Amino acid sequence: MTTARTSVPARRQPVGPPSRAQQRARTFADLALVLIGACFLLPLLWLVLASLDARAGHQTALPREVSLDNFAAVMTPGLLFRPLWNSMVLSAGTAAVNLVAAVLAAYPLSRYQSRFNRPFLYTILFATCLPITAIMVPVYGMFVQLELLDSVPATILFMATTTLPMAIWMMKNFMDAVPVSLEEAAWVDGASAMSALRTIVLPLMRQGLGVVFIFVFIQAWGNFFVPFVLLLSEARQPAAVSIFSFFGQHGAVAYGQLAAFSILYSVPVLALYVILAKGASGSFALSGAVKG
Amino acid sequence: MRPWVRLLPVAPAVVLLLVFLAGPVLWAFQASLTNASLTGRNARSPVWVGLENYGRLLSDPVLPLSLALTVLFVGGSAVLGQNLLGLAIALLMTRARRSVSAAVGTAVVAAWVLPEIVAAFAAYAYFSRDGTLNQLLGGIGLGRPDWLYSFPMVAIMLANVWRGTAFSMLVYRAALNDVPSEVTEAAVMDGAGGWQRLAFITLPMIRGSIATNLMLITLQTLAVFTLIWVMTAGGPSNASTTLPVLAYQEAFKFGDIGYGTAVASVLILIGVVFGAAYVRLLRDPRP
Repeated sequence: MTTARTSVPARRQPVGPPSRAQQRARTFADLALVLIGACFLLPLLWLVLASLDARAGHQTALPREVSLDNFAAVMTPGLLFRPLWNSMVLSAGTAAVNLVAAVLAAYPLSRYQSRFNRPFLYTILFATCLPITAIMVPVYGMFVQLELLDSVPATILFMATTTLPMAIWMMKNFMDAVPVSLEEAAWVDGASAMSALRTIVLPLMRQGLGVVFIFVFIQAWGNFFVPFVLLLSEARQPAAVSIFSFFGQHGAVAYGQLAAFSILYSVPVLALYVILAKGASGSFALSGAVKG
Repeated sequence: MRPWVRLLPVAPAVVLLLVFLAGPVLWAFQASLTNASLTGRNARSPVWVGLENYGRLLSDPVLPLSLALTVLFVGGSAVLGQNLLGLAIALLMTRARRSVSAAVGTAVVAAWVLPEIVAAFAAYAYFSRDGTLNQLLGGIGLGRPDWLYSFPMVAIMLANVWRGTAFSMLVYRAALNDVPSEVTEAAVMDGAGGWQRLAFITLPMIRGSIATNLMLITLQTLAVFTLIWVMTAGGPSNASTTLPVLAYQEAFKFGDIGYGTAVASVLILIGVVFGAAYVRLLRDPRP
């Protein structure tokens, strides 16, 4: 799997004071980066300013008067809390299914040499390459025939399957890092493979379990297309879908409320990402974990 | 223990992957040969129509357009945009002050970490008629085109660069960091200039990462739906209808599941080709 790290260890700086040419290069790099960074921040500026402006449109403007009216307007059970709760159930469910299935699958892949291992790992790697948006139409058709449409558990299982290949790869990498010799003692004492997994391996890879859980949770939380297609009743839709109703469906767009809702909906994943980045920078690189 | 008993714990994962991933893919190819539809008689009992949908696909004027737009979108915003900008940012970061690198890195990653639909709304507001971009352009007297109407592809491609460059940046930062500094220092001793070092040392040394990154961002961009759906919904009059949008429209807007899955099957086939290439690439890491 490719390695893309979220954190980069310190660069080796050349010894001695930088020459004039080096200083010029550094100033140029600084300026260029600041310009690029500004371009990346600009579209987000609107989100923040509009959320604080009771009379926001698409224009980016300092609000005449800063108010929290937009936040107050969306913070109702129907608009905000139920969709967020639905997102929570979908994401936590997806992450839990991933954790269980990936731990079970990773254990034999990590511990036993078998001629099935490599073909299996490459097959699921290949599966990660299938464009999920292309699968949505057939999935919808399948859900119709099996009468699973609008079912939260079925949606969770499908969402879990889309992230499962990646979760298995990550889990196997984390498990490979736990030395086999620790389990051998337990096996000698007559413990079964599953009890060795539970009592010895899993406690040692707690951090890895956390990384996989958060990684899958973030993906599920941001997923718009899958629940948009598979969950029909408003009462079951997660925030990613219900946010869409601010946007044009009921006539005029409430831009300020849309922005406020967007921010409240984004905060959990931003917080989880920070935890993920911190955890990953510590003991291990996030092998193969970074997928857009 | 027999090998299959040891492999038993893999079963739940295999069942999930077969039912919810392999199943739909096979179902797609089968349904694309029927006239299944969303409502009406054909929804209950779809009729086998053979290759009719594919025949329609070949004569549908929207398909070549949509295929071309998909290639333009992937080539322009992923292969060129995200890839080159990500590499440029990573290279600049090796020279810049660490505080600047960290701050700019955070700004780039922020667009990527945000939920897709939020990023799409922000991009929509940015490119809309009186959005931020036109405020800036108007401010320096460059006119205020209606980006989403007149240049929808430009807008969604720029939005996708904004949203996805962080991935390439992270890949290249990690790759550049693994280039041993002794090698570049030796080249400096030999009098190699900046561009020469980049072309003859740095890029060849990270070519594995370049190939992997290109493959992954191609696949990710091929599947982009939400961004386009929110910004233009494929319009105006199909001017930004890429394959995922087309498949969605045919199946759900026009209720023609059979034809929609035929479009989706084309997209799956493209994914299969890239996926196979990707697996090969990883199996022999020295291309």
